[in-house]
Amino acid sequence: MTDYIIIFLATFGAAFVLLAAVGILRMPDLYLRISVTTKGATLGIGLILLCVAVYFGEASITTRALAIIFFLLLTAPVGAHLIGRASYFVNTPLWKNSVMDDLKGKYSRSTEGSSSEESDGEITKPESDEDEHQIKK
Amino acid sequence: MIVYDYLYYIILPVLAFSALLIFIRFLKGPSLSDRVVALDLLITTGIGMIAIYSIVTDQPTFLDIAMILALIAFLGTVAFAYYIEKRKRK
Repeated sequence: MTDYIIIFLATFGAAFVLLAAVGILRMPDLYLRISVTTKGATLGIGLILLCVAVYFGEASITTRALAIIFFLLLTAPVGAHLIGRASYFVNTPLWKNSVMDDLKGKYSRSTEGSSSEESDGEITKPESDEDEHQIKK
Repeated sequence: MIVYDYLYYIILPVLAFSALLIFIRFLKGPSLSDRVVALDLLITTGIGMIAIYSIVTDQPTFLDIAMILALIAFLGTVAFAYYIEKRKRK
């Protein structure tokens, strides 16, 4: 019985990891790639580690596997958010068929031209602007 | 016994093939952020391979390495995000 549970969990885990790999290769845009990667790989690796916990069946190893799953669930969204935020700041282009961009104009994107001119002064990094003013004075 | 064969001949090659696909994106990613995301996913796939390998060889000690690898992947992503953001300012 345990064998079938292990086979089931390992199959679905590997399938989700494979889907994440195909997604990162085929998606047209950095942000879509981040989205696919985070969800697919986290679920896949979680299932595989669950399969390890079922196979060994001891308390210490189950705790270890659950700790890795917990750590992955904790850090994957944080890392994805950080890298997406940083690459939005450096004007990584969106896909041309993207429907909406809620942050448009709130941060200075160089593709926007004049509309972001007055916002240029205050937005991108308030502390860095202050630094520049202090240097100029 | 069939579990070992299944894991060794089906699951590990699938994970290796997905690592290969991620590595293609890692090589040709247009921007630095694409490469960072691909590296993160590559390490995450490595954690899965280590977990399956620890079942095949019946050695749960490998899970410690998987935990360290998860920590290093997160630290690498955070550091790269910080420096990508920093690089723009000057």
